[in-house]
Amino acid sequence: MKFKFWGVRGSIATPGENTVKYGGNTTCIEIRTDNNDLIILDAGTGIHLLGQELLAQLPITAHIFITHTHWDHIQGLPFFSPIFIAGNHLKIYGGLDPVTNEGIERALGVQLQYSYFPIREAELNATIEYNTIKPGETISIGSAKITPILLSHPVLNFGYRIDCDGQSLFFTGDYEPIFNIYQKDDPEYDEYQAFLDEKQNEISAAMKDVDALVIDSSYTAEEYISKKGWGHGSYDSAINHANLANAKKLYLTHHEPTRTDTQLEQIHQELLINNPNLNFEVVLAKEGIDINI
Amino acid sequence: MSNINNEELIAFVETMPAFPKSVQKVMQLTADVNASAKDIVRVIESDPIMTIKILKVINSAFYGLPQKITSIQRAVVHIGLNTIKNLALSIAAIGMLNPNNKAGFNTQDFLLHSLTTAALSRILAERLDVAKTESSDFFVAGLLHDFGKIVFAEFYPTTFKLALEKSSEQQLPLHESELEFIGITHAQAGRLMAEKWELGSDLIDAIDHHHNSNKNSLLKDCVYAANQISKKMQFGFAGDPVVEEFTETSFPRFGLSLDNLIAELGDLSVVKSESLSFINS
Repeated sequence: MKFKFWGVRGSIATPGENTVKYGGNTTCIEIRTDNNDLIILDAGTGIHLLGQELLAQLPITAHIFITHTHWDHIQGLPFFSPIFIAGNHLKIYGGLDPVTNEGIERALGVQLQYSYFPIREAELNATIEYNTIKPGETISIGSAKITPILLSHPVLNFGYRIDCDGQSLFFTGDYEPIFNIYQKDDPEYDEYQAFLDEKQNEISAAMKDVDALVIDSSYTAEEYISKKGWGHGSYDSAINHANLANAKKLYLTHHEPTRTDTQLEQIHQELLINNPNLNFEVVLAKEGIDINI
Repeated sequence: MSNINNEELIAFVETMPAFPKSVQKVMQLTADVNASAKDIVRVIESDPIMTIKILKVINSAFYGLPQKITSIQRAVVHIGLNTIKNLALSIAAIGMLNPNNKAGFNTQDFLLHSLTTAALSRILAERLDVAKTESSDFFVAGLLHDFGKIVFAEFYPTTFKLALEKSSEQQLPLHESELEFIGITHAQAGRLMAEKWELGSDLIDAIDHHHNSNKNSLLKDCVYAANQISKKMQFGFAGDPVVEEFTETSFPRFGLSLDNLIAELGDLSVVKSESLSFINS
């Protein structure tokens, strides 16, 4: 299995000289099985460039797994060129929204409305299939097995584990590690903590021994203090998860939109200095590079 | 024979609004970006209608969770606070439960009975050294045990009124009068709904058998005893004039009669005042 980041930026696309090295597109990851089956994780602005590349390989079948339906993870879908071309097959997977009770068809439907986009869903020429999937239920695509797990974010969010050709990758989507909402002297504190521990064990088991752990690590520890509850993780929480899961390689992604390339590298250096004895490699997710696991 | 149509009942409940106080508070808290998570959880878990509706969503097969979610805290851990907050908001948007239902059923007294039964059920569980991770299950089971009554008052007010009147006049257990007039007890109706919504089997059984001292389960026994204590102490009122007295042999779980159990628990006025403080705050 190999993969490539097409978008590594959180919240909003950030083109410009300060982001040219690591990239300014919002989330999109391409995965290829050894048989060249195409799996795409999220459809942020990064999927546009991927679509351009795929034009040379038509017709395609793409399995697009959406972690959650915040704009930065779906806004590239209407600009994914293969969607307009007959003969292509797009399968879009994602969860049921508990509040609206809508399936994953909402990811595209919400965007292709008269006021927001000139083309209606009925006018798309590719064959599009929606699959509303459940946590814990594994989907097979060629040699790949993809299993979603519920991870905490302000909207329903799936992390995906992909096991394929003897290798594995886990992507969190947007994820803020859960914390106790009670104070230590509240009577509910201990019980809530026990629920958190249970959930953390479930998460670590889902990430267990992965070759590539791709985690939302938006903030430094200092920044996180004022961003608690916003739904994103920190560099420290990413390290902690990789440790708990015994991951082989940690990819830090969902770079904070104001973060420059220089700042990213500085943070990365400090992280390595502060965590000298890690059993895994820590790298900054960077757009456009083929990664063989 | 039941006079009600199960499918119709379920459809009714979908449209049922929550208690006015919790609706107001949810509106208030969800408009305040600094509202604390625990305040939001507290509002939801103090309202049987909001609680059951949220448990219904999270226990639906679509989330395929490995175990049933039987408390709001656990729901928050799994699906996140913001989603729970928005679910509460969508329930609040339905409107507010009308306190003047045609059955003449006092919803404030009902709420006080439900909240005190919930708190007592948790106290009893602690007394039996139930694991900390389960204590909120006992609260929720107490909170929801009479859910069927509020549904009757809303959707079958005429027949429920007859049942309430007969029980009051003849000092009969309400579930007996319900059986006569509605053809199904509030406990059975609660079971039907809880089953349809795939809540946990322990919770379903506790709701169904909360008037049955012989059906043996830890959860049911705590709800059973908490219900009798709440009635005996006259914490609120949910239409049942009969306290089911028990002795240490007729209901051996606590090794005490109802009166001795109440005596052992000490000053229970705080249970009432805490519940009231929520209702009136």
